[in-house]
Amino acid sequence: MATFDMNDDSVVVVVGSGAGGGTLGAELAIKGVKTVILEAGGRHETEDFQNDEWGSFGQISWLDKRTTSGSWRVAKDFAGLPAWIVKAVGGSTTHWAGASLRFQEHEWKAKTTYGDVAGANLLDWPIDMAEMDQWYAKAEDRMGVTRTNGIPGLPGNNNYKVLEAGAKKLGYKEVHTGRMAINSEPRDDRAACLQIGFCFQGCKSGAKWSTLVAEIPKGEATGNLEVRPNAQVLKIEHDDTGKVTGVLYADKDGKQHLQKARVVCVAGNSIESPRLLLNSASSKYPDGLANSSGMVGKNYMRHMTGSVYAVFDKPVHMYRGTTMAGIIQDESRHDPSRGFVGGYEMETLSLGLPFMAAFLDPGGWGKDFSWWMDNYENTAGMWLVGEDMPQEKNAISLHATEKDQHGLPVPNVHFDDHDNDIKMRDHAFGQGEAVYKAAGAVKTFRTPPYPSTHNLGTNRMSAEAKDGVVNKHGQSHDISNLFVSDGSQFTTGAAENPTLTIVALALRQADFIAGEMSKGNL
Amino acid sequence: MNGHTTISRRTALKAVGAGLIVAGTGAGGLVYGHNNAWAATAENLDADTFATLVQMSRDTYPHDRLEDKFYAAAVSGLDKAAKDDVALKTMLTDGVAGLNKAAGGSYSGVTDADKRVALLKAMEGDGFFQKVRGNLVTGLYNNKEAWPLFGYEGASADKGGYIDRGFDDINWL
Repeated sequence: MATFDMNDDSVVVVVGSGAGGGTLGAELAIKGVKTVILEAGGRHETEDFQNDEWGSFGQISWLDKRTTSGSWRVAKDFAGLPAWIVKAVGGSTTHWAGASLRFQEHEWKAKTTYGDVAGANLLDWPIDMAEMDQWYAKAEDRMGVTRTNGIPGLPGNNNYKVLEAGAKKLGYKEVHTGRMAINSEPRDDRAACLQIGFCFQGCKSGAKWSTLVAEIPKGEATGNLEVRPNAQVLKIEHDDTGKVTGVLYADKDGKQHLQKARVVCVAGNSIESPRLLLNSASSKYPDGLANSSGMVGKNYMRHMTGSVYAVFDKPVHMYRGTTMAGIIQDESRHDPSRGFVGGYEMETLSLGLPFMAAFLDPGGWGKDFSWWMDNYENTAGMWLVGEDMPQEKNAISLHATEKDQHGLPVPNVHFDDHDNDIKMRDHAFGQGEAVYKAAGAVKTFRTPPYPSTHNLGTNRMSAEAKDGVVNKHGQSHDISNLFVSDGSQFTTGAAENPTLTIVALALRQADFIAGEMSKGNL
Repeated sequence: MNGHTTISRRTALKAVGAGLIVAGTGAGGLVYGHNNAWAATAENLDADTFATLVQMSRDTYPHDRLEDKFYAAAVSGLDKAAKDDVALKTMLTDGVAGLNKAAGGSYSGVTDADKRVALLKAMEGDGFFQKVRGNLVTGLYNNKEAWPLFGYEGASADKGGYIDRGFDDINWL
C-alpha cells in the first residue's frame, strides 16, 4: 500500500470509501492515478464483523450527532438517527444487502415520463440507459452480480419460499432470488455464500461484494492507492482562482491535517457530502462550494419504504440465510392507473429478534406487540422500496446551534413525504399483505420506514448549472476539479436499490477523470 | 436506536450476567414476592422501586414464556445506570412513586392485569414510562439467554452458516 505526503498536490483525494468513493479510488489507482481515500471511520476486516445486531450497530454505524425535522415518522421514532449507514472503511457497502438492479429506461427521464407532479422538483438525468448500459455491464462483472455474466442465482431460503408462494398465487411473474452481489459460487478470490444471515452486519464469509473486500485491496495492490482510516474531512480548501487545493481533516485524536490535492472527489453519502460542501463556505463561496444553483443539500430522497411482516401457523425462520433473499418486480413499472407515478420493488428482508423489537413498531408496547415477538419464529418479512419524489424543501442543512466533536455544525435532515410517496406506500403495503395472505398468513403488520439506508439526491446531476450541482460526469458545475461521487449526485431515485448505479457511475467517473488528467484538463 | 433513550449495549449485556434470585409469576401476570424478592438484586434503587419496575416491565412486554429473571435482568441495567446518574435515579424513584399513587397505593398490589396496563397507558407519554420501555427493547430482547425461548438462534457464522443447517427447510407451503 502506498503512502503519500500531505504536501503532494498531484494526488486525487477521495472523501469516503463506500460504493462511490471506494470504487472510484480503486479504479483510479488501477488506471495509474495516485489516489488518497480519506475515510472517517475505522478499518474493520471480515474477521472483525459480528453476528450480533446491536454489537455490529455499535461497531460500524455512523452515530455522530444528527438532527431531524419534518413530518416523516423517523423524526419521531429515531430523532437522532435519520440514516442507518456506516462509518467504516467500505462505507455502507459493508452493511448493504447486495441487491444490484439496473434502473429502467424511463427512470432516467422522470420529468419527461411522469410530467409535472405538483410539489415535486423532477428533472431528467443528463445521461440515459444507452449511455449507462456499458457501465452497468462493467459494474455487474466487477461485483459478480448473480443472474448476470452467467452467474447462477442464489438458492432461495425459507423467507424467499414464503414470498414466492404468495407471489405466484397472486399471479406475479417476475419473482426470483434476485440479482445479488453475493457469490453463489466462488469468484474473484471470494468464497460462495454460506447462508449465514447477518448481511447487514458485515459479511463474515466474504461472499458479499463490498469495496472493503473487493475493490480497495485491488487498488492498494497497484501501489497507487492509500486509504487513510479515521480521517474525518472537515473542509475543502480552494485558491484565489476558485479551484480546490486540498482538504482539512481530523485524525482519530482530533489532530488536524491538510492533505493537498489535484482533484477532490466527495463521496461521504448524501448527508455528509452536502454538509461538507456547505461547511466549506468561504468569502469566495459564501453559500458553500459548488452551490451557485442553491441545490447543495436540497432534493433529499430516501426512497419510499416500508415493510410487511406476516405470521404463519408454522415456523419460517426468516433469519436463516441471506437477508435479502428474493424479489418481486412486477410493481416496479410506471403505471399511473395505480394512483401514483413510478414503481416499487418488493424484496424479502429479515431482522433478528433484537432488531424486530426496535423496528417492527417503534414505540409499540403491550400485549399486541408481545404477540408479534412471541411469533417471531413463524414470521416472514419483506421490504418495499420505490421511487420517491425529489422535493426542494427536503434537505440537509447546517444546524444553527448544534456542533459536532470538531466544532462544526451538525447536519439536520428534513423530510416530508410527498403525496405520491404516501399513495405508493399504501399500495405497496396492500400488495405486500396480499402476497402473505395468499401464502396463508395468520396476521400481517405494516412496519413504518426504518432510518434511511438509501440517501440520495442532495448534490444532484443536471444538464444545466442552474438546476443542479454536478454535470453528467459528477463534476461540479462551478469548480472543475471538484467532483461528487456518491448517491448524492442522483437526479432522481428510481425504484431500484441504488448501489449498482453508484458503482457504475463511479467507474464511469474514474474513466473521465483519468482521461481529463491525461489531456491536461485537470 | 430508540428515539427516547440512548441504547447502552454494554448495560444491556452486563445485565444478562447479573446473578438473580428466582421469583415466580402468578395469575394475571403478577410477580410474586414483590416487596422483598429483589432486595438482593437492587444495588442502587430501593427494593420496592426495583420490584415495581420488574412488574411494570412485564406488563409492558408480557411474555408467558419468560421467567421474571429476564425482566429483572433488564431492570438491573437501569439500576446499575442509576449509580452515577442522579437524574435517572430520581426519575425512576419518583416515577414509581407516581405509579403507586395512581394505583391507589401499590401498583404491584393491583391484581387485575388490565387495570395495571390501563395505569401504564395513562402515562405512556411520560419520560419515565418511555425510559422503562426503551430500556426493555435491548434489556429484554437483546438478552441472549432469552433468544432460544423466542426461537431465535443468534450467531451462525461460527457454525458454518445455515447452508447445511436448514436455511431452506420449510416443508409446509
